[in-house]
Amino acid sequence: MPKNMIDLAFWIIAIVVVSSALAVVLLRNVFRAALLLIACFFGVAALYITLNADFLAAVQVLVYAGAIGILLLFAIMLTRDLHRGNPFHKLHIPALALSLLLLVTIIGVVLGTDWTTVTEAGQIAEMPLDEPTTSHIATVLFDRDNGFVLPFEIASVLLLAALIGAVVLVRRDGKD
Amino acid sequence: MSLGLEHYLILSAILFSIGLYGALAKRNAVAVLMCIEIMLNAVNIAMVAFSRYLVPDVVVLTGQVFAIFIMTVAAAEAAVGLAIIITIYRNRRTVDVEQADLMQG
Repeated sequence: MPKNMIDLAFWIIAIVVVSSALAVVLLRNVFRAALLLIACFFGVAALYITLNADFLAAVQVLVYAGAIGILLLFAIMLTRDLHRGNPFHKLHIPALALSLLLLVTIIGVVLGTDWTTVTEAGQIAEMPLDEPTTSHIATVLFDRDNGFVLPFEIASVLLLAALIGAVVLVRRDGKD
Repeated sequence: MSLGLEHYLILSAILFSIGLYGALAKRNAVAVLMCIEIMLNAVNIAMVAFSRYLVPDVVVLTGQVFAIFIMTVAAAEAAVGLAIIITIYRNRRTVDVEQADLMQG
């Protein structure tokens, strides 16, 4: 794919992602907000593809748009407060000020940092878009010397604990 | 201007701020959780962008590995968080974060 095609794709995806994230925050209807959140997740997956992260894009669609999206929709349907909607509480002006302050600070730091000194000679190594990253990720993850084998095992224990914890939390005690 | 690391980092910052605003200002606990997911996604974008631009060698993908771990923790967090919200709703018939004040002195 030519370089300016990726540029164009980035701008389109950026507009979709930011507008759907804004809609998640601003919409009164929680259900529509959740559906737009799933759209936002798909946009982030597309963004990963522009970054040559094909494995992460697939995982993003499976885990976020699939699992977490469906989980959120289920939770909204189980805790339906349609008459209340999705309002802001009374401290939303300080929250907005804090978020804007953080945004301005991060943008200032990002623009003030000279990133080219870090990437030797400012060159990005040209990778072909169709090279799969899956096997490289596996190599990095399970490398014998400086891999991530222990964090990987801890993550599996965390998932098991979350699974059991969620079941215990929503179980009705001995009633059914 | 060609696409660079700054574009991705600023997009990530915008997403993070939107998520932070929602997480701080929403009353519906499920909406707060959705905004936290937006924040985690923003961090993931920054991780993958760093992995692409600062370490352009395809064999060094530490940023993407970090993003995978963040996704794992986010999935666990969403499952447990929604279970807690459903339990609160069952006991108090509301998901308003201001009314979940049993521990308020």
